[in-house]
Amino acid sequence: MAEAVGCARPTGAQVGGTRKEPASPSHATEEESPMEHIRAQVGKHAPDFEAPAYHQGKFGTAKLSQYLGKWTLLCFYPGDFTFV
Amino acid sequence: MSVDSQFVHKMWNDHELSNMVDGGIPWKMASDGAGNVGKIYGVYDEDAGVELRGRFIIDPDGVIQAVEIMTPPVGRNIDETIRQIQAFQKVRESGGKEAMPAEWQPGKPTLKPGPDLVGKVWEVWKPNGK
Repeated sequence: MAEAVGCARPTGAQVGGTRKEPASPSHATEEESPMEHIRAQVGKHAPDFEAPAYHQGKFGTAKLSQYLGKWTLLCFYPGDFTFV
Repeated sequence: MSVDSQFVHKMWNDHELSNMVDGGIPWKMASDGAGNVGKIYGVYDEDAGVELRGRFIIDPDGVIQAVEIMTPPVGRNIDETIRQIQAFQKVRESGGKEAMPAEWQPGKPTLKPGPDLVGKVWEVWKPNGK
């Protein structure tokens, strides 16, 4: 399993897509490209991301593009221990 | 994925969810503390600082085929999610030549769009077993 990342972050790539970088030469540094132009849309390639994760007793990393080639369900929810 | 840390995920899994699911949660529980991922997926509630109940079905090519986003108080229906995945799998198996009509369930007739079907869906599609 890969090293744990510090904080979840979009990679700027799209899962299965051809775009590798948020292509915009006007952004001088990575810090100045907040990827606000990347949006998940139905019918389009999913924005890739890396995030710290817990899985079956171990801490590691979840990277969406690791699931390329499989049907994948990505679920968000409001919070642990929040009843529903 | 939620804004909770992976450490809290572990506590929730070990102390509550493992009582509901044998062996604990089988998939990865990811942490999105700053909402960076939730923001690009359109599910991060800036005011509440949490993520909405968003569900994305992603096909083997990495393409998002379906989205459901709900406010927190109502839970998901996993049967409907599975039905949608099965329907999209069926479309994919057909190479895009077949479509799944409303209320479609596995084993039910599919539609084969083309000139012959125009105006004739009513002959093929029988909702509610009629």
